[in-house]
Amino acid sequence: MNTQWEAVIGLEIHTQLATKSKIFSGASTTYGAEPNTQACVISLGMPGVLPVLNEDAVHKAVIFGMAINAEIAPYSIFARKNYFYPDLPKGYQISQYELPIVGKGFLDIDVDGETKRVGVTRAHLEEDAGKSLHENFHGLSGIDLNRAGTPLLEIVSDPDMRSAKEAVAYMRKLHELVRYLEICDGNMQEGSFRCDANVSVRPKGQAEFGTRAEIKNINSFKFVEKAINHEIERQIELIENGGKVVQETRLYDSVKDETRSMRSKEEANDYRYFPDPDLLPVFISDELKAQVKALLPELPEEKKLRFKTDYQLNDESATILTSSRDLANYFEEVVNLSHCESTICANWITGELSAALNRADLDISDSPIDATRFAGLVARIADDTISGKIGKQVFEFLWNSTDSADDIIEKQGLKQITDTGAIEAIIDTILAANEKQAQQYRDGNEKMFGFFVGQVMKAMQGKGNPAEINKILKVKLS
Amino acid sequence: MQNKTITQLAEGLRAKAFTSVELTQHFLNRISQHADLNAYITVTADQALQAAQLADVRIASGNAELLTGIPMAHKDIFCTRDVKTTCGSKMLDNFIAPYNATVVEKLNAAGAVNLGKLNMDEFAMGSSNETSFYGAVKNPWNKNAVAGGSSGGSAAAVAAQLAVCVTGTDTGGSIRQPAAFCGVSGIKPTYGRVSRFGMIAYASSLDQGGSMARSAQDCAILLQSMAGFDAKDSTSVDVPVPDYCVDLDKPLAGLKIGLPQEFFTADLNADMAKTLDAAIEEYKKLGADIKEISMPNLKYAIPAYYVIASAECSSNLSRYDGVRFGYRCENPADLNDLYTRSRGEAFGKEVKRRILMGTYALSAGYYDAYYLKAQQVRRLISEDFKQALNEVDVIFSPVTPTPAFNIGEKLANPIEMYLADIYTIAINLAGLPAMSIPAGFIGGLPVGLQLIGNYFDEARLLNVAHAYQQVTNWHTQTPSL
Repeated sequence: MNTQWEAVIGLEIHTQLATKSKIFSGASTTYGAEPNTQACVISLGMPGVLPVLNEDAVHKAVIFGMAINAEIAPYSIFARKNYFYPDLPKGYQISQYELPIVGKGFLDIDVDGETKRVGVTRAHLEEDAGKSLHENFHGLSGIDLNRAGTPLLEIVSDPDMRSAKEAVAYMRKLHELVRYLEICDGNMQEGSFRCDANVSVRPKGQAEFGTRAEIKNINSFKFVEKAINHEIERQIELIENGGKVVQETRLYDSVKDETRSMRSKEEANDYRYFPDPDLLPVFISDELKAQVKALLPELPEEKKLRFKTDYQLNDESATILTSSRDLANYFEEVVNLSHCESTICANWITGELSAALNRADLDISDSPIDATRFAGLVARIADDTISGKIGKQVFEFLWNSTDSADDIIEKQGLKQITDTGAIEAIIDTILAANEKQAQQYRDGNEKMFGFFVGQVMKAMQGKGNPAEINKILKVKLS
Repeated sequence: MQNKTITQLAEGLRAKAFTSVELTQHFLNRISQHADLNAYITVTADQALQAAQLADVRIASGNAELLTGIPMAHKDIFCTRDVKTTCGSKMLDNFIAPYNATVVEKLNAAGAVNLGKLNMDEFAMGSSNETSFYGAVKNPWNKNAVAGGSSGGSAAAVAAQLAVCVTGTDTGGSIRQPAAFCGVSGIKPTYGRVSRFGMIAYASSLDQGGSMARSAQDCAILLQSMAGFDAKDSTSVDVPVPDYCVDLDKPLAGLKIGLPQEFFTADLNADMAKTLDAAIEEYKKLGADIKEISMPNLKYAIPAYYVIASAECSSNLSRYDGVRFGYRCENPADLNDLYTRSRGEAFGKEVKRRILMGTYALSAGYYDAYYLKAQQVRRLISEDFKQALNEVDVIFSPVTPTPAFNIGEKLANPIEMYLADIYTIAINLAGLPAMSIPAGFIGGLPVGLQLIGNYFDEARLLNVAHAYQQVTNWHTQTPSL
C-alpha cells in the first residue's frame, strides 16, 4: 500500500450464542435440521404470538462483556428494527439500539510480535433471521425459518484497526475467546461466527475518517484478509483517479477475489427503531454480575501466563497449548497423571500428538489417545523404559488401539535395554567385527563413533539405551 | 332462558332443569334468527354442541365451575385452534389459527361453550364496527345505528342475547364504547391482568382483553376465568387474581368518587349531562362522597394515543406480507409486487391510514417529535391519574359524547371519529382498569357511565358497578328484535 494512505477498519461480528433454544421462544437451535422443522409459531411470526426472553442468552452476553472488561448495562432494552424481507417473519428484527447490554470494552491482539489494544464499542443481543435459498427453486426462492430467532451477540469494534492483518488478528482473538467462554461454537461454515468489515482510507495524518464501505459475506479468516486488502486498494485507486468512495454495502466474491456493490441499495434503510413494547427491560444486578464473574473460566491470556510461569514453558509452547481450552486441559491432565516434567509433556503434545491430529483432521477432544494413555507413554519415556525413538512406535500403537503404553511395550517387546552387561556384550561383538573402523576412530576419525552407535542400535533393534551405549562405547573405544 | 344470569343458568344446569346442549342450541337458534345484526363472523355450531355435551358430562360428575356449559363467544381477535380467526380483515379471511390464545385455553378449561367468533373493526381499529371486512354490525336497539367498536359484534351479541357473555378487547375504548352504545356492561382490566398471548396485536402497550355481559356480576364471573399471569406474555403481571365476586355486595358508604372537571364541561351534550347527573345522585344515595378533581393533561390524550397506537400497529402489522399465511395476491411479479399488492388489496382504508401514520411517526427525523414526545405526554397523563386516585377511590365519567350515531355518518371523517374517543382513550395510556355500564337512554338509544379504578382494583370497580345495578334497571332492558 502506498505509504501516504492509511486504512481504517472496524469489524462487526455476529456470534450465534450456543443456547439450547432460541432467544425469544423454546424452539431448538440445533444446526442442520430439515427446513422449517424448528420453527414454532413464534419463530413464524404468527398472528398473536409474543416473545419471551431466554435467560441463558443474557447470561452468555454478560459473560462476554466481563471477559472483555466491558461495562455491563444495569438496564438495557430491546428495540424493533423494522424492514421487510421474506426471511424476517415479523417484518421486524428484535435487536438492541439505544441501550445495549454490553458497553465499551477491549481486546488485546498480537501482530508481528507487537501487542495492540483494539476497542470494542458495544455488544448487543438480537435474533437471527431465517435463510433465503435462491438455487434449486426454479426462479423462486426458498425460505427456511429454522434459523429465525437464534440468539446473536453482535460485537462491534472501534475503528481501531489499520491493516487487514490486524483485522484478522482481532477476528482470531475474538474467535478463540468466544469458544473459550463456551458461549459460541465458532463454526464459520455453519454460520455461527460471521464477520462484516467496515473499511475506509484517509491520507496519513488526517484526523477525519474517509467514507467507509461495508463488506459482507466473508466467512473465513483467509477471505477477511483478502477482501479487506482488495477493498483498501480499490478505494485508494478510486480516490487517486479523482473518484469518491460511496457509502455502500459490498459483497466479497471469493472466487474472483473482488468486492461488488450490492444491487438496489441506493437508499439507506430507515429502520424506525423503537423500544419493543412486548418485552420488559433487562436488569442486570450486581449479584448476577458477581455470580457470572465467579463462574468465568480462566481466560486465554491468564492461562498462557500461568503455563509459562508454573510449567516453565517457552512462549511458543505456551501459545500452542493454550490455543484451545481442551488442549490446555489435556496438557495439564497429562502432566498430573504422568508426574513428569512439563516440558517433556509439552513437547510430545505439540509434536507427535498435534501432528497426528492434524493429519487426521481431528480436534483434541476427538483424540483416539486420551490423556491417561498418553500420560502413560510420556512417563515411560521420561523414566527411560523406552527411548524417544521407540516412543514414536508406541505412539502409533496407542493411536490404533485401546491398549495402555505399558501393555504395548510388553506385547511388542519394546522395552529399552539398559542392562549394561547385555549392551557390553553386543558392543564387544560389533567391535570385534569392525576392527578396521575401530582403528580409524582411535586414529582420530571422530565420525566413526556415530557409525558404531548406529550399528549397536541396529543390533539391538533400537531398544538400546542411547546414554548407556555412548558411555560404554566411549570406554571400549578408548 | 336468554334473560337468565350466569349464576341462574349454572343453577339450572346443575338442577338439570335443562342441559347445556339445550341451552347452546337455544342460543344457536337465536343467532340464526338475528343474523341480520351481523354480530358473528363465524358460528361454530358443531364444536359448540360437542363442547356442550362434554360440559353436561362434567356437570353431572359434580366437577363443574360456574362457566361450565355456559354459551359464550370470542371476539374474532382471539386465536382459536382450527377455527377461522379473521380479526375482521380480508387479510386473515383464510387464516385457520394453529393454536389457542391463552384466554381461549382458560375458558375452555372452565368448560365454557364457544358459540363462535364475533365481528369487529378490522384489526381492532375503529370506533363503530364499520371498518370490518365482513360489514357493519347493527345496533340491536336501532338497526340504522352503529354498535360501536372495535368490539361491536361482542356488544351487539350480548345486547341481542346471542350469547350469555363474551370476550372483547380494548385499546382506546373498544370494550367500553360499544358496551355503552349497546346498553351492556363491559370491563377493561388493568394492563397486564389478562394475557395477550394469542390476542392479535394492534397496539401492544395499550391492548387488553376483557369481558362483556348484561351485568357487572356476569362480567366479574367471566373475568375471573380470563385473568391471571401467563409466562408466554412478558407484559403479563404476576399478581394473584382475587375473587371478583365475593365482595360485589359490599356497601359503598364512604366511597370517594371523583368527577374530572375536564370531562364535565359545558360542551357535554345536555341529555348526556342529565343522565349522568341522575347516576351521580344514585351513588350519593348509596353513600358515596362525590369530589371534583382535575386532570389537566387529559386534553393531550387523543393525539398521544393516536401517535403511539399507530406507531405500534405499523410495526405489528408488518408480518402480514402474503408470505407465510393470510391473503396473497394473484401472480405476484416479484417480491415488491407481492408485498404491495397483498397488503394493498387485503387491508382496509382505516388500517392503511394508521399504518402510514405510524410509519411516519417513527421515521428518521420525526421519532423525537412524535413518538418520543407522545410517550412523555403519556407519562404526564398517567401521573394525573395517579394523583387523582390518591384523592379518590374511583373516577366517574361519561363513556361517549353522544349515543350511537348512524351507520355511515362518521365514516367519511376519521378525525371526528377519533375525537369521539375522548373519554375512554386516556385510560389505556395509563393502563388503568375501567368499566362501562348502562345509565339510561337518549332518543331510544342506550348510553353508559364509566368507572375508572386504580391498578389491579377490578374487584372494587365491579363492586361499585354492581351496587348501581342493584338500585337501577337500565342493564336489564332488552331491545325488541
